[in-house]
Amino acid sequence: MYGKGILKGLSVTGKRFLMTYWEDLVWFFRRITRGEKRYFSEEGIKHRSSNNTRGIFTIQYPEEQLIAPEEMRFVPFLVYDEKPEDKREVRCTSCGICAKVCPPQCIWIVRSNDPTTGRPIPEPTEFYIDMDICMNCGFCAEFCPFDAIIMDHEFELASQGRNVYNLEKLLKPASYYKSIRPLNYERNEAERKAKEAAKAAKAASAATPAAGS
Amino acid sequence: MATPLPQTETTQPSAADLGARFPGIVTADTRPSYKGWIVPKENLIEVATVIRDELGYDLLSNLTGVDYLPENKMEVVYHAYKTTGGPGLEFKVQVLREDPVEVPSLIGIWPGVDFQEREAWDLLGIRFTGHPDLRRILMWEGYEGHPLRKDWKEPFYEEEAKPFKSRWPDGQFYLAEEKNPYHDNLKFPRDFDPEKWIPEGEALLYGSLARYSVKNEEGLNTDRIVLNFGPQHPSTHGVFRAALTLDGETIAGLKPVIGYLHRNHEKIGERNTYIQNMPFTDRLDYFNSMANNFSYAIAVEKLMNIPVAERAEYIRVIMAELSRVQNHLIFIGNLLNDLGAMYTPALYAFEERELILDIFEAVSGARMMCNYFRFGGVVRDVPEDVMQKIKDLVYDRLQARTDEMDRLLSDNEVLVSRLKGVHVIDGETAIQYSVTGPVLRAAGVPYDLRRADPYSIYDRFEFDVAMRQNGDLYDNYLIRLDEIRQSLRILEQALKQIPQGPINSQKPAYQVRVPAGEAYGRTESPKGELGFYVVSNGKPNPWRYHVRAPRSSTSPRWKRSALATKLRTSSLCSASWML
Repeated sequence: MYGKGILKGLSVTGKRFLMTYWEDLVWFFRRITRGEKRYFSEEGIKHRSSNNTRGIFTIQYPEEQLIAPEEMRFVPFLVYDEKPEDKREVRCTSCGICAKVCPPQCIWIVRSNDPTTGRPIPEPTEFYIDMDICMNCGFCAEFCPFDAIIMDHEFELASQGRNVYNLEKLLKPASYYKSIRPLNYERNEAERKAKEAAKAAKAASAATPAAGS
Repeated sequence: MATPLPQTETTQPSAADLGARFPGIVTADTRPSYKGWIVPKENLIEVATVIRDELGYDLLSNLTGVDYLPENKMEVVYHAYKTTGGPGLEFKVQVLREDPVEVPSLIGIWPGVDFQEREAWDLLGIRFTGHPDLRRILMWEGYEGHPLRKDWKEPFYEEEAKPFKSRWPDGQFYLAEEKNPYHDNLKFPRDFDPEKWIPEGEALLYGSLARYSVKNEEGLNTDRIVLNFGPQHPSTHGVFRAALTLDGETIAGLKPVIGYLHRNHEKIGERNTYIQNMPFTDRLDYFNSMANNFSYAIAVEKLMNIPVAERAEYIRVIMAELSRVQNHLIFIGNLLNDLGAMYTPALYAFEERELILDIFEAVSGARMMCNYFRFGGVVRDVPEDVMQKIKDLVYDRLQARTDEMDRLLSDNEVLVSRLKGVHVIDGETAIQYSVTGPVLRAAGVPYDLRRADPYSIYDRFEFDVAMRQNGDLYDNYLIRLDEIRQSLRILEQALKQIPQGPINSQKPAYQVRVPAGEAYGRTESPKGELGFYVVSNGKPNPWRYHVRAPRSSTSPRWKRSALATKLRTSSLCSASWML
C-alpha cells in the first residue's frame, strides 16, 4: 500500500510525542508520593540524561545544568593547600612539566632564584595561562607530579577581552578541588601519604644503622 | 582490473617479487625501520601499472611527500592495497630537492590520486607532470611558498619545535599578535596588493569546467549557467564548495573546491611532540575523536614497537565502535536534514549521541575532544558504573533505537523515491577513486579494514562486513543501519570478554622516545580509511606527520557520481560524502 511507510513513521513520531506527556503524568504521581520533580531538579536532570529517558530530552540551560561527571575537564587551575592563619601553600614547584607538555603552549611560568643562595625558589613568581588558547586537553593535570594543576569544571568563561589568567586568578583552594573531584582527591591524598610514609620509613632505616655504628 | 571478488592468492605474484620483476631498477628501501621499494621516477608509471594490474594492488590509499632537507631530497610515498585484503605495498620516488621538483602523475592509473597530488603540490611543491588540473587545493591562490617544506616559516614562527624555550623558566607572557605588525596571522607575497589582485585560480577553475555554450539536439545554441554551490549552503556544512555548470537543472560539469577548514594541521603536527599531537587529532573530525586517536596511536605504536595493554585494547574497541554508532546515527539525521525532513530524525539521532557522549565525558573528560588514547593504552580506566551504563546502552537501548530509526525512515515513500537510484557509484569506479568505508561497501565491495587487514583485536570478534549492492544513496543510508547493528554485535562481545588488568603497557611519560623510521597506521574509521603516516628521525618531534583523511582525499569521485543528476539531489550527496 502506498503511504504505509509514512504512516509507520508517523506512528514513531506520534509515540515519541505522547511519551513526553505520559512521562509527565508518571512524574506527577512521583511528585505526590515522593516529592520528586521532573523539571528544574537534580533527580529530573539525572533521569533525563539516563538510559531510561523517554519523551522530552532537553535540559533547559542555563536554568538547568547537566550534572558534570568527575572526570569532566575544562580550563586548568592551580591548587593551594589551606594552612592555619590564612596562609596559602602553593603546591606548584615551577618544574615546568606542564609548560613543556602543553600542546598549544599557553602556559607561561617565571621561576626566580633566591638572591641569597642563588638556587631556584620552588613557588612560581609568575604563572600565566592564556585561556583563549588553552585546548582543554588536560595534559598539564595528567603529568603534574605534585597534583598542583587540576582541570576545572567551571566552563562559563565568556568575557569581552582576552582571558589571560595570572597566578592570583588561577589559584583555588584544595577544598575546591576536593569538592569537584572527590575520588581523584582521595586517590592523590592516599598516594601522597604512602609516599611520605615510605620516605619516613627509609629515613628511619637509614638512621638506625648510623646510630648503631 | 578492479574486481571485488576474492582471488586465489597463490596465483598472484607477491610484493616481494617487485625487485625481481624490475632488476636493477626497483630497489628495496634499506634505511633502518623503513619499508617498501624505491622506484626511479623515469620508471614510475611502468612500475605502478605492474603493481596495479599484475600484482593486484587496486586501491591506492595514500600519497604524500616528505621533505628530507638534510639529505637534499624530496620523497613521494605511495601506499597501495588490495581490496581483497592483506598487507599493503609501499613504494617511493626520490628526487633531488631542487626546483622544479618533478614526479610523474599517477592519475592515469589511480584517478583517486587527483586531490592527494594537488595537496602534495600545494604543501610541498612537488610538481606532478601529467596532472591535468594541478592547482593549489588548501592554500589560497596567489599564496607564496609551500608550507610543509622544512625551510618554510609560519607568520607566528617561534621555534622549530615545541616546547618553546620562552615559556619556562622565564615565561614573560606576551600576546602572539603583538609581535606581528598586522596583528593578524596572514602572510602576503612581497608585492601583494589586494586591490589589484585577480584570483587567477578562479579563472582556471571555471575554465576547467565543461564548455559554457553548447548546441542542443535541435542545433540551437544553449548557454550553460555557472553556479557556485557552497560553501555557505547549509547542505555543504560550511566546508565545501562546488563550482557547477548547469544545463537547466542538470549538472553538466562539477569541480569540487575544498580547503575552507584548512588549519595547517600537519605543520602544527611537525612542531608538536608526539604526545602533543593526540589532542590535535581529536579536532580532525569532531564526530569521532576516539577513532582519530585510534589511528594515530597505532601509527606511533608501530614506530615505537610497543605492545598495547590487553584491557586497553578492549576499551579502545568499545570506544571506537560507540563512536561509529553515533557517527552513523548523525549521518542518517543529517542526510534527512538535507532532504528537507528538518530536524526530527536529526534530533532523534542526537538523543542517542548525547548518551554516548555522556559516556565519553565520564571516561575521558570531554564530550567531543576526548584525547583518551595514549601510546600503549588509554589514559584512565573505565569506572564500573560507566561500564554498566555502556552495557545498558548496548544491550538494550541502542538496539531498540536503531530499529526505531529503521521503522521511522526505511519504508518512507518520500525518502525512498528521493534516494533510490541517486548518485550511483559502482564498485570499480569507487576503487579507482580510492573511496573507502561505507560508501565503498554500499557499492558492493566488502572492503573493511577490520576484516581485510585486522588491527588491534578485531580478529577476535565475530561480525559481518556490511555490504549493499547498488551504490546509490538509499544503499548508503541502509548500510549505516547495517553497520550500527554490526557494531553493536562487536560491542556485545567486547563487553563480555573484557579482562581486568592494567590499562597501559607503558609508564606515563610527557615525552616519549620514538626511534627513527616511518610507519603508516590505519584504521577503519566510521567514514572510511583513516591513516597516519609518521616519519621519525629520533628527535622528540615527528619529522613528517601526514593524515590520510577518509573523505577529503577521495572527493574527486563526487565529480563522477554527480554528473547528469539534478542539483537538488546532488546536494544530498554531500552528506554521504562528508559524514
